Amino acid sequence: MSAPPPIVTFDQVDKRYGNGPLILDGISFTAQRGDFISLIGPSGCGKSTILKLISGLNPISGGTATVDGISPENAAEELAFVFQEPTLLPWLTVQKNVEIPLKISGRQSHKRSDIARQCLELVGLGERGGYYPRQLSGGQKMRVSIARALSVSPKILLLDEPFGALDEMTRDHLNEELLAIRDQKAWTAFFVTHSVAEAVFLSNRILVLSANPGRIFQEIPVNLPYPRTEDTRQSPEYSRLVAEVSRILRTVEKGQLPSTTAASS
Amino acid sequence: MNRRVLRFLLPLLTGVIFIALWYAVRAGLGEERAFLLPTPDEIVQAFRVNGDQLWQATMNTMKGAVIGFTFAVIVSFVFALVLSLSPLIRASFYPYLMILQMTPIIVLAPILILWAGAGIVSVTIITFLICFFPMTVNTTQGLISTDRNLVDFFKMCKATKAQEIYMLRVPAALPYFFTGLRIAATLAPIGAIVGDFYAGNSAGGQGGLGFLTIIFSSQFKMGALFATAVSSCALGFVFAGLGIGLAWLSMHKWHDAYSRNDS
Repeated sequence: MSAPPPIVTFDQVDKRYGNGPLILDGISFTAQRGDFISLIGPSGCGKSTILKLISGLNPISGGTATVDGISPENAAEELAFVFQEPTLLPWLTVQKNVEIPLKISGRQSHKRSDIARQCLELVGLGERGGYYPRQLSGGQKMRVSIARALSVSPKILLLDEPFGALDEMTRDHLNEELLAIRDQKAWTAFFVTHSVAEAVFLSNRILVLSANPGRIFQEIPVNLPYPRTEDTRQSPEYSRLVAEVSRILRTVEKGQLPSTTAASS
Repeated sequence: MNRRVLRFLLPLLTGVIFIALWYAVRAGLGEERAFLLPTPDEIVQAFRVNGDQLWQATMNTMKGAVIGFTFAVIVSFVFALVLSLSPLIRASFYPYLMILQMTPIIVLAPILILWAGAGIVSVTIITFLICFFPMTVNTTQGLISTDRNLVDFFKMCKATKAQEIYMLRVPAALPYFFTGLRIAATLAPIGAIVGDFYAGNSAGGQGGLGFLTIIFSSQFKMGALFATAVSSCALGFVFAGLGIGLAWLSMHKWHDAYSRNDS
């Protein structure tokens, strides 16, 4: 049985902005269809930059990157981005916000509203289409943002700390919902987070990065079976993985101290 | 007594005290100088006597103010769109905008009269010039202050520049646009009256409030002058109300600052 072609490949990818310092140094990984990959690491390790490179929003400085077989700049229709903030347009209703990506791509009005309604249904906000963003809670806004990302039926979903600003309860709920939606839609996800627990719960692979410049320090496979639920959080294997990833993360952060002092001297 | 009643009663009390003082000052002036300060009832009387003239003048001034204001809104919006396209364009125009703003309109009035003649055209141009600057500067600021993340989001969606402008930048600039519009709305009647003062048409029934001021002052009609002031003030309120009303209409549904009643 031959393996299907990977959906994202990075081969020795470097990134620097202008003549600035190297942000990413020799990043290599391949993502298979359906992978849920979390990127975790100390601040300044370039996690979010990797998402921007996959999205084609920023160009790579060295190495090669492909998304669905072509360069990231040309592949933007295949993917959707969920930002740290909900980034909704406050002057549009929830329904119209979800329609925006479809409107930009020139989809017909009645098709747009059907798709948007389905996506809102999917995130449990089917009743809130007529609301304005300011009438929603932080968690609900984030759900709308996810519905908007799903509206284009992306093959790849890039999530940049989407739940960072939410309380833990809401975050846990949204994590479960995100996996439930993924069961139906089967996209590949790249998920940047600071929370080890979140990374373990969601992903089948975790990439731990080190900073200055950003490098992949270690990959940790997460073999917990899907679907994952509240019970998953009670399992010993889950606890063991959280402890292990936390330990590796601490090593990374400690390991950085000498190099940062050297760099600043 | 609760605060709401006080909020209503106190301004009323201030008014009553003010008017009482007014009558007291008038009584103290003595008979020879009494004409310098007409009492409120004499001003009401002046309204009766000069009512038609005042109404006509107010309407003429309003016409100049509305036309000048409307043109300023449209032209400044288009100009702001152009300015928002690049920092280089802004750099090339801003010094001249500043020069225009720093030049008092009063010194331009005689020039305008020679160019366009006295009358509604000059009045409109002066109103336009006074409203143009705050509108342009605010709208431009709004168009270039769009949330970075939203711009990135539009880029990700492969939006064209035109889509980015009309679906994102323009609506996002609305609060700024209306800040400029509200400033311009309070300036428009002032501009029209100043314009009319210098460049008003003296033909019968064509003059505005500025022109009327000249007439009444030359005739020492103090009551009528005060009545003109009251009319000008009322016109100012109408315009300010118009600015606030338009802003409220287009933003109360989504913008926090306009969704409450306390502003």
